[in-house]
Amino acid sequence: MNPFDTYAIEEGVRLKERFNSGNNGNLDVEVIAVSMGPPQAEEVLKESISLGVDSGLLLSDRAFAGADTWATAATLARAIKKIDDYKLIILGKQTFDGDTGQVGPELAHKLNLPFIGYVSSILEIDYKKVKVKRLMEDRYEIIETRLPAAISVGKDINVPRVPSLRGKLKAKKAEIPVWDKNCLDIKEKEAGLSGSYTKVIKIFTPKVKHEVKIIKGSADEQVNELYKELKELGVI
Amino acid sequence: MRYFLTEEQQMIIDICRQIVDERIIPARAELDEKGIFPTEILKEVGKSDLFRLFVPEEYGGMGTGIFEVCIATEELSRGDMGVATSYAASGLGFIPILIYGSEEQKKKYLPQLASGEKLAAFGLTESEAGSDVGGIRTTAKLDGDYYILNGTKQWITNGGEADIYTIFAMTDPGKGARGASTFIVERDTPGFNFGKKEDKLGIRSSATRELIFTDCKIPRENIITREGMGFIIAMKTFDQSRPAVGAQAVGVAQAALEEALNYSKIRKQFGAAISSFQAIQHMLADMATNVEAARALIYQTAKVIDSGEKNIGRLSAMSKLFASDMAMKVTIDAVQILGGYGYMKDYPVERMMRDAKITQIYEGTNQIQRNIIALDLIKRGVL
Repeated sequence: MNPFDTYAIEEGVRLKERFNSGNNGNLDVEVIAVSMGPPQAEEVLKESISLGVDSGLLLSDRAFAGADTWATAATLARAIKKIDDYKLIILGKQTFDGDTGQVGPELAHKLNLPFIGYVSSILEIDYKKVKVKRLMEDRYEIIETRLPAAISVGKDINVPRVPSLRGKLKAKKAEIPVWDKNCLDIKEKEAGLSGSYTKVIKIFTPKVKHEVKIIKGSADEQVNELYKELKELGVI
Repeated sequence: MRYFLTEEQQMIIDICRQIVDERIIPARAELDEKGIFPTEILKEVGKSDLFRLFVPEEYGGMGTGIFEVCIATEELSRGDMGVATSYAASGLGFIPILIYGSEEQKKKYLPQLASGEKLAAFGLTESEAGSDVGGIRTTAKLDGDYYILNGTKQWITNGGEADIYTIFAMTDPGKGARGASTFIVERDTPGFNFGKKEDKLGIRSSATRELIFTDCKIPRENIITREGMGFIIAMKTFDQSRPAVGAQAVGVAQAALEEALNYSKIRKQFGAAISSFQAIQHMLADMATNVEAARALIYQTAKVIDSGEKNIGRLSAMSKLFASDMAMKVTIDAVQILGGYGYMKDYPVERMMRDAKITQIYEGTNQIQRNIIALDLIKRGVL
């Protein structure tokens, strides 16, 4: 499972527990994990059930392969529209391979929903609105928005639990429905590689060139030389 | 080594390993040094359903056997034996309710203990009564609809942390061990206070404390079965719980073996890894052989108990005796293999050595285990 998604899963399960404990008016809350991927992504959805999620849903079709963030968001949006009765979409803030952090905002855009990224705490929530806190570079922001909405979360929001034995047994038996392109009524040109505006051509680690200069002499001489060098470079 | 575990048993191991790696190992040195009770870790253990193993499904449990409890205890002990002791001691505290409690008592107490929401403790030992149950001084006097408890319990694991206590007290002091009875006492009962918190050699993250009863009034229905059953309840409870002490010993010994093996491969002396020296190789070979033998005995004992066999005292005592003596030796040898580093607190093996010692002492000293084994041998033969 993508590391950031583990925090999203945990937050979803905690919200369910919060509502079910009656602290938020005893609403019936269901947490559904949705993933787009190849058939083996079923395992990730089962893992999320072992962590307390009620059910999993896999979006899988050869036509979805090669999707960039836009096509991924388009496919997810179709599925969420089909689920219909939803209040809050929680996403991991980014993947650990692509690192773009774009799927959340794009998905919200496609569903015409408010989006709040990098949420570090859900302060208040009821059936109509949510109030969250998020950490920006130089400040905290507290934002309230109507529901439904989408938020993305990172590792500062919670400590994900260890799976439970009952959860693992439930996950083992769970059937994960698979929705394909026909089921989602999505056209080939909207999904996968054909629905993507971007294409990854090559991934490589940039080569970093290091230039090493050794300053010799007494301590005083070395400090003077270093000072001169740094000044020339405009560092000090 | 494979033990033909079921998928569910493997799941228990996987869950415990995740708790050990993610929660226990990063915290254990500090828990040990400062003697901090692992409240948060035990909450996680509870959420993962590990307390449910002990308990039948109708009381919120998972209805598995002692075998599953042993593998969970073993795995947790690989991380920290103090955590594993706190876990196993809650089970020890509610086994009397499980095996002798009334339907009402089971319904009232077991679900919240199974979920881990509450912890239990077992209150038998006193300053003058450990191995000798007949030496109990705490009394319980019937007064109308209540029993009045007076006396002091000593070295009670989970003392001060647990919510539900099974307490052994004399209802008929003239009868010795046969005059003891067992009661359920809830934490906030007036007249029930906590005394000295012990500073221990090992299992320092577990809580060990005095329980003080001063005219403590508890409802008459809190007695487990009837008066005079205390000794039998204690012995039957230990028969069930001793393999878990053996499992702790196997877990801590396994951890020490792993540390010693890893160290021997990276430590170089005379230009070679010390694992290339036969002196070290033979130590490691003996350690691994003994761990495996103890594990086999524990698993076998647990399976015999789970099969419903009645005469389990001997095997149960053997498993605790053998595994705890083995753990003491293996952890000492692990310290030896790590040499000077092993003696330092920067490495975990000295803690494992300190922790292992208690397995030879609690839930019946190993001398008492030998008595149990010998008496059963003489009474029932070799079998």
